[in-house]
Amino acid sequence: MSAHKTPHPSLPSPKEEDQPEEQATGDLVRNGITRRGFLKGAGLTAAGTALLDGVHAFNAEAAPVANHGVTVLGPGPVQVQLNVNGKEHSIQIEPRTTLAEALRIQLGMTGTKIVCDRGSCSGCTVWLDKMPVNSCTVLAIDAIGHHVTTIEGLSTEGALHPLQVAFVKHDALQCGFCTPGMVMSCAALLEANPKPTEQDVRYAIAGNLCRCGTYPRIFAATLEVASSSKV
Amino acid sequence: MAIRTGENSLVQGLMLDGALSQEAPNEAAKVDKKTVKMPVGVPGYTLQDESREVPVTEPPVWPINKELKCVGQPVERWDGAAKVSGRARYTADVQLPGMLYAKFVNASVPHAKVVSVDTSAAEKYPGVKGVHVIQHVLGGAVLRDPALEQVKYPVVRYAGQPVAAVAAVTPYAAEEAAALVKVQYEPMPFVVDMDQARAANAPLVFPGAADQAGTAGGGGGPRDVSQTGNVHGPSIKKQGDIDQSLKDSDAIVAGHYVTQVQTHSALETHGVVADWKPDMLTVWASTQGTASVREELSAFFNIPASQVRVITEYMGGGFGAKFGAGNPGVVAAALSKKTGAPIRLMLDREEEHLSVGNRPSSDQLLRIGAKKDGEITGIQLVSYGTAGCGTGAGCAGPATNLYKYAALHTEENDVFINAGPGAAMRAPGHPQGAFALEQTIDELAVKLNMDPIDLRDQSDPHPVRRVERQMVRESDLWKSRNPKAAADTGPVKRGVGLAQSVWYRFVSMNSSAEVRVHKDGSLEVLSAVQDIGSGIKTIMAQILSEQFGVPPAQISVKAGDTNYPAGPNSGGSVTTLSLTPAVRDAAWQASQKFLADVAPALRAQPDDLVLVEGEVRSKSGKIKPVSFRRAAGKMTTDQIAAQSKRIPDYDRSKYLTYGGVDVAEVEVDTELGRIHVKRVLSVHDCGRPMNPSLVISQINGGIMQGISFTLFENRLLDPVYGLMVNPNLETYKIAGSRETPQIDVRLVEAYIGQSSTDASGIGEAAGVVSIGAAIGNAVYNAIGVRIRRTPMTPAVVLAALRRPPQEMELA
Repeated sequence: MSAHKTPHPSLPSPKEEDQPEEQATGDLVRNGITRRGFLKGAGLTAAGTALLDGVHAFNAEAAPVANHGVTVLGPGPVQVQLNVNGKEHSIQIEPRTTLAEALRIQLGMTGTKIVCDRGSCSGCTVWLDKMPVNSCTVLAIDAIGHHVTTIEGLSTEGALHPLQVAFVKHDALQCGFCTPGMVMSCAALLEANPKPTEQDVRYAIAGNLCRCGTYPRIFAATLEVASSSKV
Repeated sequence: MAIRTGENSLVQGLMLDGALSQEAPNEAAKVDKKTVKMPVGVPGYTLQDESREVPVTEPPVWPINKELKCVGQPVERWDGAAKVSGRARYTADVQLPGMLYAKFVNASVPHAKVVSVDTSAAEKYPGVKGVHVIQHVLGGAVLRDPALEQVKYPVVRYAGQPVAAVAAVTPYAAEEAAALVKVQYEPMPFVVDMDQARAANAPLVFPGAADQAGTAGGGGGPRDVSQTGNVHGPSIKKQGDIDQSLKDSDAIVAGHYVTQVQTHSALETHGVVADWKPDMLTVWASTQGTASVREELSAFFNIPASQVRVITEYMGGGFGAKFGAGNPGVVAAALSKKTGAPIRLMLDREEEHLSVGNRPSSDQLLRIGAKKDGEITGIQLVSYGTAGCGTGAGCAGPATNLYKYAALHTEENDVFINAGPGAAMRAPGHPQGAFALEQTIDELAVKLNMDPIDLRDQSDPHPVRRVERQMVRESDLWKSRNPKAAADTGPVKRGVGLAQSVWYRFVSMNSSAEVRVHKDGSLEVLSAVQDIGSGIKTIMAQILSEQFGVPPAQISVKAGDTNYPAGPNSGGSVTTLSLTPAVRDAAWQASQKFLADVAPALRAQPDDLVLVEGEVRSKSGKIKPVSFRRAAGKMTTDQIAAQSKRIPDYDRSKYLTYGGVDVAEVEVDTELGRIHVKRVLSVHDCGRPMNPSLVISQINGGIMQGISFTLFENRLLDPVYGLMVNPNLETYKIAGSRETPQIDVRLVEAYIGQSSTDASGIGEAAGVVSIGAAIGNAVYNAIGVRIRRTPMTPAVVLAALRRPPQEMELA
């Protein structure tokens, strides 16, 4: 099960330099450590010299233990660096920690919500290099070397993103618990497709659950930003 | 240990008998009164002035919305920016220094005695700081005679019932240690199917009669009924002679309707962060009632209410299931006391499905008789429903309260099964009851060859719904309906149908607020009330804005904390109508105190001064306008405050209900069995809409939850193992963006002259009651076959198309 949400049908191809390597391999590759490779072992398994590139992200104390050519991390805590909202953060986590947990617990960024904790509601949506992902099904170590953007990082210097302004204006929220995920999904859609149709918005948030049922206003808010965008 | 207050029993009583009452404080009679004229009725239709006797201290009567500046306007949500930016702090987000994470150990079997609980391995697990074994499980029905069960630990009555809990330094350690707690069960026979549970030889969920109290959100069941086996009831209500009235009918229609169990599935799970200190227990709770949480904790631990503080800054949805401390609240508090550290105990998604409430099922036999002209003679309903190991499956509300009739006979039964207890859920009993009632009314219209609106005009005397039906009649959507059923020739057939909803005016007298004016011109309003997403904080700011002429965004709203003046629990659509008059009265009194205080410095008489558009102005023109802020600078104290509480409704002789009419347009694919709801027209009233934008949001939500209930959601229990097979969100299907129809909400202002704000509630009446039957009627209009079962999955639709249900023999 991929952590990535279904790409929007009208998503244009990302520019060459933005294209996540995952597109090519069908598996998330970050700094040479594959998700598939990780899942093969109880801890973090990395084999071969090709993977050594990825090791710089872990600090010396937590450095991988070489054992018969297999590099194992964990299960104890390791020090990692995450780039979140443009800032580097050094945190100590168990390798099994999800990105959502690292954001909420270690970094105290509680705007990202955990709702189902298994990738079926998109409440925890953040961006990995502008690609919306369910952060509850991305390991924090998978985010090493990527730019993570959370709801806290969408507004710049205290000014709300135009989509956030539109959400308030259209009252596209009630209890507000799905709202950060909704905003991140809709903002990602607008990044990829500045002129979406209502159908595009429906598909972009097809995985985002709002129990208060405030969808019509989310469509309206997103389409208003789309129609006012200068792109 | 259920919550019981006057307010709760009021709600419960109303659920059950449809009567309307209101607490009447004794001192009300002593108050000096004045006579005022108030707008009453629907502008453009029935608006007129009516006289009311009100206490002399009441503020001036507000005109209708279009003549107000801030109240009644679509003001932006006061805390919208906090919510869209992730700044809003929910209970799940609270992190305190040294906080531990707790995890429940839940029963793995549906029915058993617990022989032993071995916590030794868990206690030794690295990072574990405390283990708690539950001695008193909350929720569900309680045996009338506790002596029938002599047990060391609470009997497990459903898989997922909490047995113990572990607190540790990380969520992982808590989870792993919880798995090490060894619970030894002595399994007992169980039953998870309601029909099987009704059988004479069924395994018994309780060894004797058991009852569940309601909460501030309703739910629960009657206590004074018999119990036979697992069947708790019937609770019988009779009016007139049902047999004679049906004999006198020209037409009788009957049907057997079945609805499923739905879970609340609020996105933020139930949970708390509890911090037990020797002189104060502080609890952050995801709750619809800070007051109800404090009451239960205070009672459970036998500590004074003054030493319990409950805080709900933001909460992520409740829909009726979040009242009281519940098992998470008391267990977290107990663990905090034991470990000396704050405890976070938030349920996971599976626990949320299993153990903290659901909308009970229903199995209804409904019979309605009528005269040729559509006048209803009699309504007869026999219902069974299961709220798991709780009660509250009654669903006779709509049958009792929507139409006038010569005779009524209802029998409501709860059936115990080994599943988690039900809880109040948005208009308890009403979506189920209306699903049967409103389809049967349509069936009657077919039988009498009448228009469904004409038929309702004949038997529904509610003056506001009459206006709403007229608006529907004139709508393009209704005009596009082909009165002939199954008229389309292609495989995908279109249909349009309507249904009505009803809800009641409940007032929580536990509603008060304080308004403060500060010397720098800033304003503040405080109440313990929690904003559950319906926007009460915004409305409080609007009321101050209206009174002081200051923009609502500049007003500080302090809510969701029992340290503030008492606030209502948010259930049964009570919040806005109960609290806003107290807020307005406090704002009015604070403004009068303020003007009296600054008048000498402004060289004016207090009664010559008014507050308009951010200025203090003289009515006589004797002084020049002064900005509110400058005037505040002349206050003789740093702060001027006034506190007010709710006074009873002005005219309590009136029987007041609210409702609406919902129209659904569906497309039914007769080959695939899929129903798609394309458009919805939703015409609703809620007294004076304090903020139309917030009301429309709630109605959108009611429609969506109703569509989801009607077409998709279904709690599935495995009969062999007694476990829920779909306890998450990928298998428990909830309608989402792609299932969202075009929703056209039309708000009807319906002034009733009952309080200084004349507000009412919308949460329950908002579409969720009626949309199921509207879809059912639209499906009939599309395919000529009536579907009497929810969820209307493709399999159900195709089966109905193959073999239309026969007319019930009880007709």
